[in-house]
Amino acid sequence: MSIILTEAEAKALLQKVLKYSKADECEANILGEERGNLRYARNQVSTSGSLVNQNLSVQSAYGKKVGVATIDEFSDESIERCVRRSEELAQLAPENPEHVGVLDPQTYQKSSGFFESTAAVNADFRADAVMKSLELSRAQNLTAAGFLENQKGYTAMMNSKGLFAYYPSTSVNFTLTVRTPDGKGSGYVARGYSDVKKLDTAAATKIAIQKSLGSVEAKALEPGKYTVILEPTAAIVLLENIYFNFDARSADEGRSFLSKPGGKTKLNEKIVDERVNIYSDPSNPDLPGSPYSGDGQPVNKMSWIEKGVVKNMVYSRYWAQKNNVKPVPFPSNVIMEGGTATMEEMIKSTKQGILVTKLWYIREVDPQTLLLTGLTRDGTFYIENGVIKHPIKNFRFNESPVIMLNNLETLGKPERVVSTESDRNYLIPPMKIREFTFSSLSDAV
Amino acid sequence: MGRIVSPEAFLNPGDDVAVKKKLADAALNAAKSKGASYADVRIGRYLNQFVITREDKVQNIVNTESYGVGVRVIANGCWGFAAVVDVKSEAQMAKAAEDAVAIAKANAKLMKEPVQLAPQKGFGEVSWKAPIKKNAFEVPVKEKADLLLSVNAAAMANGANYVNSILFLVNEQKYFASTDGSYIDQDVHRIWPIFNITSIDPKSGKFETRNALSAPMGMGYDYLQVNPKDKVTGVTTRYNMGYDMLEDATAGAKQAKEKLTAKSVEAGKYDLILDPSHLWLTIHESVGHPLELDRVLGYEANFAGTSFATLDKWQSKNFQYGSKQVNLIADKLQVGSLGAVGWDDEGVNTKKWDLVKDGVLVNYQAIRDQAHIIGEKESHGCCYADSWSSVQFQRMPNVSLAAGKTPLSVDDMIKDVKKGIYIIGDGSFSIDQQRYNFQFGGQLFYEIKDGKIAGMLKDVAYQSNTQEFWNSCVQVCDDKDYRLGGSFFDGKGQPSQSSAVSHGSSTARFNGVNVINTARKI
Repeated sequence: MSIILTEAEAKALLQKVLKYSKADECEANILGEERGNLRYARNQVSTSGSLVNQNLSVQSAYGKKVGVATIDEFSDESIERCVRRSEELAQLAPENPEHVGVLDPQTYQKSSGFFESTAAVNADFRADAVMKSLELSRAQNLTAAGFLENQKGYTAMMNSKGLFAYYPSTSVNFTLTVRTPDGKGSGYVARGYSDVKKLDTAAATKIAIQKSLGSVEAKALEPGKYTVILEPTAAIVLLENIYFNFDARSADEGRSFLSKPGGKTKLNEKIVDERVNIYSDPSNPDLPGSPYSGDGQPVNKMSWIEKGVVKNMVYSRYWAQKNNVKPVPFPSNVIMEGGTATMEEMIKSTKQGILVTKLWYIREVDPQTLLLTGLTRDGTFYIENGVIKHPIKNFRFNESPVIMLNNLETLGKPERVVSTESDRNYLIPPMKIREFTFSSLSDAV
Repeated sequence: MGRIVSPEAFLNPGDDVAVKKKLADAALNAAKSKGASYADVRIGRYLNQFVITREDKVQNIVNTESYGVGVRVIANGCWGFAAVVDVKSEAQMAKAAEDAVAIAKANAKLMKEPVQLAPQKGFGEVSWKAPIKKNAFEVPVKEKADLLLSVNAAAMANGANYVNSILFLVNEQKYFASTDGSYIDQDVHRIWPIFNITSIDPKSGKFETRNALSAPMGMGYDYLQVNPKDKVTGVTTRYNMGYDMLEDATAGAKQAKEKLTAKSVEAGKYDLILDPSHLWLTIHESVGHPLELDRVLGYEANFAGTSFATLDKWQSKNFQYGSKQVNLIADKLQVGSLGAVGWDDEGVNTKKWDLVKDGVLVNYQAIRDQAHIIGEKESHGCCYADSWSSVQFQRMPNVSLAAGKTPLSVDDMIKDVKKGIYIIGDGSFSIDQQRYNFQFGGQLFYEIKDGKIAGMLKDVAYQSNTQEFWNSCVQVCDDKDYRLGGSFFDGKGQPSQSSAVSHGSSTARFNGVNVINTARKI
């Protein structure tokens, strides 16, 4: 049997698992995936690898006593042993007061994240795609280091109440850094898709080459507050920290940027500019996501920030039950609405500002304000009177994405980006922000 | 991470060495017969246990085991690698070796220069075991969970609003064999107890946290045996080769509360006194990483970055990395450290070497296919893979600041400081991709005024440039104050791999460092 099971095969396998169960409740999750990668540096291949992975996880419960066991090969004998093992562990476990029982069958919306084109990617395809990139950098005597990784897989789950869910998906991520031989210029590009047909490594490479050549002989600018235009690759590594901290329990407990004095939260309060709209929608064709969460909840279209107001927070089933509200699962994708401005228009309307193409080494400095630090990297440019004047040396910044979205000037058109910090894909626009805080200079190129 | 198993499975000793040798030979022979000029095999069994609690609840106990084989070869001058899970037969081993050779031959077409491997003698059949006193995997899970719950109770009794605590345990059972004639069996143990305490002021809605001052160690459960000789007293108690988690949580809860009313720092230049529980991370980021030879050469340019410490600086023999007080040492032998092993993951016996001597850059960290680039005849023995399924590559050894040669205590060091900050514990950290500009936070900050501790500060972070910072080092305390810090999770490579590494130092003083105030309003 293939590692990637069809919906019917996954269902049959899970039914077999559930038949062995003798516990009060049982829930089984399976996944299968194949990954391949090609890594290169100094204009030649450095490493390549492939990974085939499958896993079955069985959770058995007796009341609030829960045990989990997993296996990575699916013979009948192994499956039965796995179920028995999870039952033994459940009997031995202390009661978990936060355990909630398995869900009734659910209805899931349709999401199409599996593309045959991507599923067919093999070592030859990767070598060709990388060769198209390498030829361009070699021809201009530039030094390339890049990474191409493709993945195909599925997840499925079933429980003793009859719930069944299945979701197949594919993805390809390509990242590239091009440097000038004297080490004075560096440019970067990242591309992520579900459908590999959209990946053009040569076109992407040209962007990295342009940034690398354009960033040579950078001049130093005084640190301070500047208007910035953040390309989506730069903006996302700041904004994703907002989504990661949308947990209702932390907010209720008073230890989140969404907490307020007296045990209250900022739910239904305006926290950023009214043009900010952030939501998730697994059925978005440009950014498909899983229609169900790991515990079987349907993941539907959900607004997180609407017109600058916090509309929803993530509620685990336990925390929702305790607070008598509806559970809200963590989203499987995040989308930020944009405006109509092009990058050219945003630059043209800037009297004095900085174009930031990438940010690096983002770390939280203060969880209360979501203050983050990090640096610009691989192409930072000074804008004066509507035109890019020259490259500038990199800066360290200390800024909160919440403050940043209050200082919003303009939003561009959303595009799919890969976070260089978390590797997750998002749909977000480029944005112009005033009074962005740069605190010191860096000599790094 | 591997499959989830019962705790009793950890007591199973795994396959016998004779069985592993037979499996390894099958792969080595197959690789050679397919045309490999070199091959190595790593049979790995990786055991992990995490005990996770909050306040009065055990949230989760996770036991995992991962077992498989990675085969690496050189064919037509190029590396090839293949990995197989749950290997049971010699036929599976031979197939993995053949796959690795096929990949090497395919990628050879894209190579411009063949791999050059520093010669390495074979060691025959040898073994190494971490010198642990008590195997943490043999301690009943209940005893570990009870310890964490008592730690949480102590924190809550002393004013904490919330407390999370975790015990991480790792056991790597690694068998290495190569066509050089080595068959190396190693047993590596690691332990890391941590907590995070939150204190909230309900009126203002402000919250502060205090993390454990423990260190991850290459030790067994003996690290949790309380012994007064492992305690360093002072403004707060810190720990050496034994950790009193209960005592630290008690102090931590009080300090998290104290932070709520502490004075917010005034930005400016200060002399910094950095405790080893803090300085390890600055050493890691500003010395450990820039002196990795693969970064210097550009192999990590697309992700982790390159390095300011270029070959010409090293070749000049006078690049002043730091002041004369600064001696930075790479060491894969240090007892109790995370990096200590007998042999690295390509069969090289481990050692200790200078990176920065009397302030001058003298060496890098290099493995077998890099040694020739810096004119050396042998590897430094710092090659590592985080799993049987990952390709081994150059990873950071323990990199430590040598203790000062002149007797000097922390109290004596503080006496001479007019305007300073004493920082204990690690916090937020960020550094640029060539390792020039960095910013670090911490856990506890104490203002020093005219040679005396004047009280607690908050909202502190310092920014500097690596060379400027290490040249501002004016004093290092003597070896009585020497302690290890470190991390289980040093990330590098694509796909990313984690490595565990320790960094030792005594308390050190750095003059005139730029301190910023991190308080904001949203």
